[in-house]
Amino acid sequence: MIAFWVLAPVMVVAAVAMVMARKAVHCALLLAVIMISLAVLYAVQNAPFLFAVQIIVYTGAVLMLFLFVLMLVGVDSSDSLVETLRGQRVAAVVLGLLFGLLVVVALSQATLGTVVGLSAASEQADGNVKGIAALLFSTYVFAFEVTSALLITAALGAMVLAHRERLTPKPTQREMVAQRMRDYATSGVHPGALPNPGSFARHNSVDTPALLPDGTPSELSISRVMRARGTVRDVSRDRLTERGIETETRQIEEGER
Amino acid sequence: MSATPFLILSALLFGVGAVGVLVRRNAIVVFMCVELMLNAANLAFVTFSRQHGNFDGQIAAFFVMVVAAAEVVVGLAIIMTIFRTRRSASVDDASLLKY
Amino acid sequence: MSLLYLIVGIPAISAAVLLLGGRLTDRWGHLLGALAPLASFVAGLVAFAQLAGGDDEALTQRLFTWIDVAGFHVDIGLLFDPLSAVFVLLITGVGSLIHIYSIGYMEHDERRRRFFGYLNLFVAAMLTLVLADDYLALFLGWEGVGLASYLLIGFWQYKVSAAVAAKKAFVVNRVGDLGMALAIMLMFATFGSTSFEGVAGGMGQASAATATALGLLLLLAACGKSAQVPLQSWLLDAMEGPTPVSALIHAATMVTAGVYLVTRSNFIYDQTETAQTAVVVVGLVTLLWGAVIGCAKDDIKKVLAGSTMSQIGYMMLAAGIGPAGYAFAIFHLLTHGFFKANLFLGAGSVMHGMNDEVDMRRYGALRSVMPVTFVTFALGYLAIIGFPGLAGFWSKDKIIEAAFGENVLIGVGAVAGAGITAFYMTRLMLMTFISQRRWAKEAHPHESPLVMTVPLIVLGALSVVGGALLLNGWIVDWLEPVVGREEHQDLPISATLITVSVLVVVLAGVAAAVVMYGRDKVATRAPSRVSPFTKAARADLYGDAFNEAALMRPGQYLTRSLVYADNRGVDGAVNGLAAVVGGTSGRVRRWQSGFVRSYALSMLGGSALLLLAVVAVKLA
Repeated sequence: MIAFWVLAPVMVVAAVAMVMARKAVHCALLLAVIMISLAVLYAVQNAPFLFAVQIIVYTGAVLMLFLFVLMLVGVDSSDSLVETLRGQRVAAVVLGLLFGLLVVVALSQATLGTVVGLSAASEQADGNVKGIAALLFSTYVFAFEVTSALLITAALGAMVLAHRERLTPKPTQREMVAQRMRDYATSGVHPGALPNPGSFARHNSVDTPALLPDGTPSELSISRVMRARGTVRDVSRDRLTERGIETETRQIEEGER
Repeated sequence: MSATPFLILSALLFGVGAVGVLVRRNAIVVFMCVELMLNAANLAFVTFSRQHGNFDGQIAAFFVMVVAAAEVVVGLAIIMTIFRTRRSASVDDASLLKY
Repeated sequence: MSLLYLIVGIPAISAAVLLLGGRLTDRWGHLLGALAPLASFVAGLVAFAQLAGGDDEALTQRLFTWIDVAGFHVDIGLLFDPLSAVFVLLITGVGSLIHIYSIGYMEHDERRRRFFGYLNLFVAAMLTLVLADDYLALFLGWEGVGLASYLLIGFWQYKVSAAVAAKKAFVVNRVGDLGMALAIMLMFATFGSTSFEGVAGGMGQASAATATALGLLLLLAACGKSAQVPLQSWLLDAMEGPTPVSALIHAATMVTAGVYLVTRSNFIYDQTETAQTAVVVVGLVTLLWGAVIGCAKDDIKKVLAGSTMSQIGYMMLAAGIGPAGYAFAIFHLLTHGFFKANLFLGAGSVMHGMNDEVDMRRYGALRSVMPVTFVTFALGYLAIIGFPGLAGFWSKDKIIEAAFGENVLIGVGAVAGAGITAFYMTRLMLMTFISQRRWAKEAHPHESPLVMTVPLIVLGALSVVGGALLLNGWIVDWLEPVVGREEHQDLPISATLITVSVLVVVLAGVAAAVVMYGRDKVATRAPSRVSPFTKAARADLYGDAFNEAALMRPGQYLTRSLVYADNRGVDGAVNGLAAVVGGTSGRVRRWQSGFVRSYALSMLGGSALLLLAVVAVKLA
């Protein structure tokens, strides 16, 4: 009872935040909050087996898969929240509200009767897990077997979809060098390695851009993801310091010290 | 405790998930919203299981989880494939299937 | 145990061997082909002796059950009764002679083996026709001879005219077959059986209308097969086939199948005056029609074809008279089989010697170079015009007598036909063998080899003595079990007077021909300034023109208008519907934006609507 009234607002707020969150990673984390809360609600409702499954399968496996794919696709691919389809957002909100309202009205009109509770059933079946198992392997055994086929099909399908056939032989190092030189000749792409972060800067951590000879930061030395996140260290002050060093150096060279 | 608050919570989560599906354009986020809707339905199942005093609702919720897991695997694989060819995870970009 | 099945079986097996054996049988195929009908003839003779010697009315043999479904049972059985017997002997006897003749006639044709295969096929089918004891089995043979006729008319299919003639014969015969098929269906519907026995047994209770319908339908079938007006047009064109084919199929045997059908169905015609009258009228019209055509043709085979039509007209006339005429119809059929085969083979012999020239205006004075052909041909000539004592005299005289017994007008028509016959046959004789020579430069006429002249001699002899079948009224007695007889026929004038008048008319016909063609020189080209009658006769009395104007053109208009209606009406409606659907779809598909989220939105809208409906219903 207390658990519900505590968790329900949390879950609703988290859900709304998830829909409005700008970054996909935040969405995933908010979803995890909802799912764990749900697991607790399952436990509250005499469903310890589902509680475990919810945590292990959903929060553990499915959400991790989401995060994994998010990392593969790129964290910076968060979409702008500007709507492109005309009227889509308004219509969606209106329809969603209407839908929710209708369900609530329907529920408030329905007479559910007294709650039977699962304690009797659990006692009779010698526990929740055994009760579910007894049903699963008798009444629902055919459906259960079919789900196994479904899982295998899904696994195979994912493999087939993710698999990329190599159509050309893998380029050798020599060919890669040749290609790099050709690119340089035709479009002027720099053939060498990208500058490391932190070069000529005060710090050599990954968020510190390298400084070019004229003292400006090199965009190329910072990861695309960090640029997208806006966590690049500001090095404008370092240039001042640099000038100070330069002055000192010149003074030393000129023999003023 | 009465089942109605649980069911209303379930309806709210479902509605928010539906709106999320409609307004978000990042395919992965859309997917998360779909998962939210499935979970809302699961909550209703579990609640009704308690309401009726048998385990059939929990079994149904279990099957929904299995199907959702399979769906996520395939769906994410498809998103990966689309992203690999078009460098985009926006559902609006994949709009070639039209007149 | 009867050996009847051998009569049909031998030529059938021979045909199968020759047609399936291919080139392997090329060297000896013609010998097998000629032996088969000969063996069949011997088997027929044995059966004939058995029938004549025994007390049975008929020999029968049940072979197997063909169709056995609820309420419909057809056995394939053979029926060798007096009527079938004479047909079997005519078909196999004359057939054998013509097969032997063909060995010589077709010697230089590289497809001789195939020719013999077709001929044997024809013989087998014809024997099936006459030996069947059931109308359905008879129909089988009927179609078989139609097929063989088609194949043999078009044997030289590289000639366009032959291919067209074969197709024409086939199509015209289909019209007749329609009558046959309808008659068989009517029999089944009325009597529940199609066997001769069943139909004859059921005729007693049948209504007059049924009998008349059956009689007219069978007459239609007979008209098609026997080239009777109005289905006569194919026979003249059928002369495109090799001459032995013309002799066997289109003179001696197949074209007489119609007469056989009418005679065989005597139990039907005896019940219906109307159909009998129709048969008589068809016979009379055809006998004059064919004779008139024969007067104007210059192609020797077409003259003989016209003559065949005319003579079969006599037979139909006799068959239509009823029990008084059936026996004489068959009698004339036999004698005609002898002398007309003789004449056709003689014509073939002349053509053989004249480089396949058929125009009589290029013949003349052939009697000295082809003595055997001339003598045998002359015997056939005398027989057909009814020279006293020869075969044709007896048979034709009896028919004319019976015609007078029926109606004076019909008798007069038959006498007139005899006169015209005398005229055109004398004309043919004079133009071919007498008068002056008008040969083409490269022609070197010569007598035909022995293998061809021997059959001519045999048939010539039969033309002379064929009348002996009437000795002591034998043929009438013999056929009595099948067709019955009618002893007393009241003649309006005495029989002797009839015979004398016929002879006078014939003599007048001969004299007219001698005056016109015997004295003066015959032009090598047909004169173009001729009387309208000659023009009409040359055009086959406008039979083809009528068919074209009355049937073909309207048919073409009908199909054309139907095609138009189909294209514009039916197709238009269907295509219009498709266009409407297509246009609507073209507009509706604009809703498909490709944006998944729009689709999902409408889905949610739909669900909300559904839920709204449910809630509204529950609350109301």
